Amino acid sequence: MTGTSPEAAPPVPARRRPVPMARKIAAGVLVAVAIVVPLLVNTYASEKPRLWGFPFFFWYQLMWVLISAAVTFAAYLLIEGRRR
Amino acid sequence: MTAAAAHGINGVQLGVVVFFFVVVSIGGFFAARWKRPQSLHSLEEWGLGGRRFGTVVTWFLLGGDLYTAYTFVAVPAAMFALGSVSGFFAVPYTIVVYPLIFVFMPRLWSVSHRKGYVTPADFVRGRYDSRLLALAVAVTGIVATMPYIALQLVGIQAVLDTIGFGGTGSAFAKDLPLIIAFVVLAAYTYSSGLRAPALIAFVKDMLIYLVIIVAVVYVAWKIGFGNIFDAAQKKFTTPNPKTHKVPGSFIPPNQQYWAYTTLALGSAMALFMYPHSVTGVLAARSRRVVRRNAAILPAYSLMLGFLALLGFAAIYSHTSVIGQDGKPNAQLAAPHWFAQVFPSWFAGVALAAIGIGALVPAAIMSIAASNLFTRNIYRDLLRPNATPREEARVSKIVSLVVKFGALAFVLFLDRQNALNFQLLGGVWIMQTFLAIVAGLYTRWFHRWALLLGWAAAIVYGTVAAYRTHSPTVTHFASSLAPFPFTDTKVYIAVSAIVINIVVSVVLTALFRIVRVPAGIDDTVADDFYSESAAEQVAPQDAPSLAGERTG
Repeated sequence: MTGTSPEAAPPVPARRRPVPMARKIAAGVLVAVAIVVPLLVNTYASEKPRLWGFPFFFWYQLMWVLISAAVTFAAYLLIEGRRR
Repeated sequence: MTAAAAHGINGVQLGVVVFFFVVVSIGGFFAARWKRPQSLHSLEEWGLGGRRFGTVVTWFLLGGDLYTAYTFVAVPAAMFALGSVSGFFAVPYTIVVYPLIFVFMPRLWSVSHRKGYVTPADFVRGRYDSRLLALAVAVTGIVATMPYIALQLVGIQAVLDTIGFGGTGSAFAKDLPLIIAFVVLAAYTYSSGLRAPALIAFVKDMLIYLVIIVAVVYVAWKIGFGNIFDAAQKKFTTPNPKTHKVPGSFIPPNQQYWAYTTLALGSAMALFMYPHSVTGVLAARSRRVVRRNAAILPAYSLMLGFLALLGFAAIYSHTSVIGQDGKPNAQLAAPHWFAQVFPSWFAGVALAAIGIGALVPAAIMSIAASNLFTRNIYRDLLRPNATPREEARVSKIVSLVVKFGALAFVLFLDRQNALNFQLLGGVWIMQTFLAIVAGLYTRWFHRWALLLGWAAAIVYGTVAAYRTHSPTVTHFASSLAPFPFTDTKVYIAVSAIVINIVVSVVLTALFRIVRVPAGIDDTVADDFYSESAAEQVAPQDAPSLAGERTG
């Protein structure tokens, strides 16, 4: 990203810079969590504890909408954000 | 004034709905000039909006595309009539779908961008060198999309019924508003292509968010969420005095865990196989726009979750779901609830949101289906030398045929047919998942093995769905059937894709051993990472490079 002089650069490479493996793995784990955990119905199919009148089953899943979005966004930053 | 099934037309509601309809129609025709294409005479422009949509437009477009009018009426309806397993699975479904698309859609975007693919079948053809497999993917896409468009009309019908249309009177007068709405929609889709729904989606999504926020605030302040859950719990745990069965599930019991999970996972895997979803993604400007949207689209899932709970609110409010024809119809639960608890003008806004919610997906679906026809049937099989201009012309005409086909479907056939085909469509479209998604990562699968795996799964899925029955419906009663050789009920599409995978793996191994020609792959590894010109360079490098190019 630094040190290469623009004049010497070849025509714009069509391929983006490779993402380091560690970042790929971390992003992969995050995405796997966001996919698998909301599907484990046995972990949340219960009425109690209620929160603001919402049975656990309902508020837990709505909470996972937010968690999953945050986790996916973190994966986005890991893979794409570095190039900003 | 609050009687939900009041006879006669509610003038205020009608006025508000007509107002918004006129606004979006003007926008739809105006959209042809949006982002100034040099000409609309190619599928790139007409069918994909020039692949130029940024993060915000893509967010509205995909949100407007995936959360359809049918969703808005069917999800609360399922919650109202049958409870969580049938309705609330939509929430984990839309949670899981975005991490999934985060993983594989950027690859599809890149290879399509590099190779000029307009449809998923284009990719399959290029990757596997098989027109037949591409045809299978294209036909599956078209056949699965048609009833989906028809269901958008069912959504509009629920709105019109709430306003007071329907009931007695001639069939033509009853359906006239629906016909007018669809003719206008067809006209601006014809002239503006994908830009029309992209522009209208802004209005649609703003209205939906407004309506849901107001509804949530209303429930929280005036009713209390605890009360609507208590009302639902009472309904779904009280056995019917005649049958001694509970009407549905408040929280899924043990034996329905797999049903809930497979419905969520299967629907999530299937969603981005639908041609209209792929069209929305391919219209994005860059790979990053696709990824970024996977992270911000869940805002719609939150909205959907609260929308689903309006089905429980309707239980609490004892909302009548008797339609103008005097018969109960659970799909009226949400629209009737709005008409019951809000003043007419705001009920009109809610009804307009649902109604416009039908127009955006219907437009994109018809565009996507006609792109499939044009590229993978007309060009691949009939006219290999078709020019871009000719492709655009064919696509525009086919989009009209598709829409009026859907209209005829709804007007002349029983609504149950549209629902049956929609159920089957979900099972069918899922069977293109293996060819498309596995193909994004590996060329290991053999084209003929994929074709035969697809065929086996389609046959299984169709038969399994046909055989489901309930006390009131003899066939196509449910999307759940026992997983083969077990008693556990799961989503039929998931059983079918397992069969699809097994057949494809076994036959691929066999075909490789006997060396059946595998065809020539039109793609290389690099294609799956390509970026658009605008995003190839890190921004801090951009000025010097830009200077170099122009200077």
